[in-house]
Amino acid sequence: MSAHQRQNIWQRLHIDLPLLLGLFAVMGFGLFVIYSASGEDLGMMERQLFRMLLSLGIMFTMAQINPEALKRWALPIYLAGIVLLLGVHFFGEINKGAQRWLNLGFMEFQPSELIKLAFPITMAWYISKFPLPPKKRYLAGAAVILLVPTLLIAKQPDLGTSILVAASGIFVLFLSGMSWAIVGGFVAAVLAFLPILWYFLMHDYQRTRVLTLLDPEQDPLGAGYHIIQSKIAIGSGGLWGKGWLDGTQSQLEFIPERHTDFIFAVIGEEFGLIGSILLLIMYLYIIGRGLVIASRAQTSFARLLAGSITLTFFVYVFVNIGMVSGILPVVGVPLPLVSYGGTSMLTLMTGFGILMSIHTHRRFVDR
Amino acid sequence: MHDHAAEASLFKRRALFTFFCVVALLSVLVTNLYHLQVESYKDYATRSNENRIRVVPIAPSRGLIYDRNGVLLAENQPFYSLELIPEKITNMSETLDELGQLIEISVDERETFTEALKFHRRFKPLTLKNQLTEEQVAIFSVNQHRFPGISVEAGLKRNYPYESQLTHVLGYVGKINTRDRAQLERSDQWKNYAATKDIGKQGIEKFYESLLHGTPGHLEEEVNNRGRTIRTLRIVPPEPGQDIYLTLDLQLQQKAVELLQGHKGSIVAIDPRDGGILALVSSPSYDPNQFVQGINSKDYSNLLNDKSRPLINRATQGQYAPASTVKPIMALLGLDEKAVTEHTRVWDPGFWQIPGVERKYRDWRRWGHGWVNVYSAIVESCDTYFYELAYKIGVDPIARFMEQFGFGQNTGIDIFEESAGNMPSKDWKRLKYNQAWYIGDTISVGIGQGYWTATPLQLANATAILANKGHRFPPHLLKSIKDNTAKIDSPINELPPIELKNSRNWNIINEAMRQTAHKSRFTDASYTAAMKTGTAQVIGVAENTKYDANKIAEHFRDNALVVAYAPFEEPKIVLAVVMENAGWGGANAGPVARAMLDEYMLRDTWKPMP
Repeated sequence: MSAHQRQNIWQRLHIDLPLLLGLFAVMGFGLFVIYSASGEDLGMMERQLFRMLLSLGIMFTMAQINPEALKRWALPIYLAGIVLLLGVHFFGEINKGAQRWLNLGFMEFQPSELIKLAFPITMAWYISKFPLPPKKRYLAGAAVILLVPTLLIAKQPDLGTSILVAASGIFVLFLSGMSWAIVGGFVAAVLAFLPILWYFLMHDYQRTRVLTLLDPEQDPLGAGYHIIQSKIAIGSGGLWGKGWLDGTQSQLEFIPERHTDFIFAVIGEEFGLIGSILLLIMYLYIIGRGLVIASRAQTSFARLLAGSITLTFFVYVFVNIGMVSGILPVVGVPLPLVSYGGTSMLTLMTGFGILMSIHTHRRFVDR
Repeated sequence: MHDHAAEASLFKRRALFTFFCVVALLSVLVTNLYHLQVESYKDYATRSNENRIRVVPIAPSRGLIYDRNGVLLAENQPFYSLELIPEKITNMSETLDELGQLIEISVDERETFTEALKFHRRFKPLTLKNQLTEEQVAIFSVNQHRFPGISVEAGLKRNYPYESQLTHVLGYVGKINTRDRAQLERSDQWKNYAATKDIGKQGIEKFYESLLHGTPGHLEEEVNNRGRTIRTLRIVPPEPGQDIYLTLDLQLQQKAVELLQGHKGSIVAIDPRDGGILALVSSPSYDPNQFVQGINSKDYSNLLNDKSRPLINRATQGQYAPASTVKPIMALLGLDEKAVTEHTRVWDPGFWQIPGVERKYRDWRRWGHGWVNVYSAIVESCDTYFYELAYKIGVDPIARFMEQFGFGQNTGIDIFEESAGNMPSKDWKRLKYNQAWYIGDTISVGIGQGYWTATPLQLANATAILANKGHRFPPHLLKSIKDNTAKIDSPINELPPIELKNSRNWNIINEAMRQTAHKSRFTDASYTAAMKTGTAQVIGVAENTKYDANKIAEHFRDNALVVAYAPFEEPKIVLAVVMENAGWGGANAGPVARAMLDEYMLRDTWKPMP
């Protein structure tokens, strides 16, 4: 108990201050951008602030839960998630074209978000049962755990989420020390899988997105419009940007989805290269802190889970900015902690809550 | 089972590796951003401006046209149209029905509107009805509150207050068509017409289009992604077209119109001192305003098929045999070539024969004029005298001399509707008909007939040169251009004067014309004048007239012509009058010429012109 008493107030609250400051920095920046991207709509800004506070509350709650408890709950939640996914697959209502939403009254929630959380926990739990690096024979089980939800979500279709889910599982496997031969084999398998994905699994509109990425000017008023307009916004921002609230592409609504998926175009336009790099530095700081927390964790389960959560966060950043700046196809991935909307923020902050929990429950873990 | 230390260190290695991957991938993002925001900045900044800035051209107002005394001849009149903004109207057909009860909307207008609506941006105004009357504007204004999204908009439209009196001078403006557009594009002017609806189609309006049109301005607007205007960034006002003053004297023009009322024909009056055209009338005429509003096809085909050919400008395009009106110039050539002298006497028995040929060329007076000299030959218009003169000189010297007086070529008047007429020569006939020239052809030319045709403008111009004793000022309509507040006179063009071998010959011929006037039509005139009449067999009414033997037979009455000027000592008005199928020149066109000169000369003594 003496060790416990030496802990400062943050540790007693199970809060990792460096990580929290990084999150605050990005969220605070995000609020300013939302105000501009919404056309100076204070109401939207308030709603976003409310979501942030709610997410912080969830994060704080998660931080109190001992990671060992997560281990026990992982499999049941994962299975429940699979059942829900199957449920929406057969009985779900189509809304907004493809997404399946659950209305929780105060905000909408997607069942696939539940999988996003439960999946890496389950994966980390499964892999960490065995001595690491994992033997080849355990990989079959891991592949099943990985593929079932990924394919179900991809079928919805929600390519963005399925990429995020698959990535979080692959990170667990990679961080667990999977041999380079298997990693190489896996990469080869993915490359081999691409034609199958292209011809049999992808929908026409998804194929169009990829083709559009390769040459957006081909169809400037149709499929290419989003990418062209967002590139114009970013490019015209220049080094220093046009200034907050002064982005013409954003204020005159040339940027599609300017306050949600394409909000980075607003940042690029109004804050320029300097502002964009600052945001990337903030993200890098959060990722770095996440990896430090992971490295200092005391169990393989905690390490793998923390590492996976952190790297998945990076995938959000990379896929979103890559797509908005025109080097990746358009998939529905928001800019983490900045894009308007509650779902991804809740999921991400739950993840950061788990990170904090891992970091602040170390002393109580029995090796 | 678990080697914790080994697992932890394995994880750290992997974590470090992934961290480097993260940094590498973020660098890819930054590199791409650098490419977009620094390397391609200019390109994207331009495209961003192209996105948001819309340039709306503003049409300049057209320059006005005045006569020499400052009377407004072509003006810009406000007109009102009914404009609807589709997105502000909830039930279009109901609204149109309701509106129709206040202001008559024809089935045609409604159909056109409904059709246009399909391809129209919903937030941009669309015209439902053009040319509202004052009354309709008032009715709508009172009920405006019932029709949100509908408004009355004002514009400017060309109006010719003197209607048909000046049509062949002013021409008119009309909607820019594909041919106008192609022409503007060729001359690199199309960009100046982005907001302009009308363009000069004929006459002064066409010839001085570049002066009258002006320079368009523009409005730079910031627009959003749907093209809706957010705010105005900049206004560059248009520069209105320049106002121009014509040499025309409206009062004289109106007198000429009145005198030609009910006749086919033309009157041209020129100030010989500078070539300025005082009056130019072609009768019958038509109202140019109907072309401004867009003439309907029935009215247009009526004009086209009208046998009296109102669309043709007889003054500049009508080709008539000049007949005896050119006898003074023929005599001048005879004197100067010494084919005759002032005192040479010729016996006229009522006909003339080519030496050694049986055929008789008849004089108009069957019993002949007896002994005639150059004066009496002109005064009495003796044909025989000129048959012999032409025979002596030959056609080619005649053609060369007459060309100096402007026959057979465009006068260069500042409207495009002009024909050159025809001044025959041996070469001309060979080229045109592949036929040799006969002496008989020369004899006809001697009295202004045969292959020789001229426009009334050419007759007036030639007479002005004669009255000016060889000084040549090409006829023109532009007097001055208004520049800000000052009037800048357009430069007066002068061709090198005609040099005679003996300049006294000018006086002889002019004196003969003075006697012609004062021994007949002008015996009781209070001013001095000179004149020559002519009577021409109809050989062609006007250019573009199809030759139709039956019709010609019906209209076989002679054309009556007069050329005249006054005052004799210092001529300031020269006149050519042509009246188709009016019969004897002196008897029919003579009074018209007298009335015209009276109008100009007598008004002039009572109230001096500014």
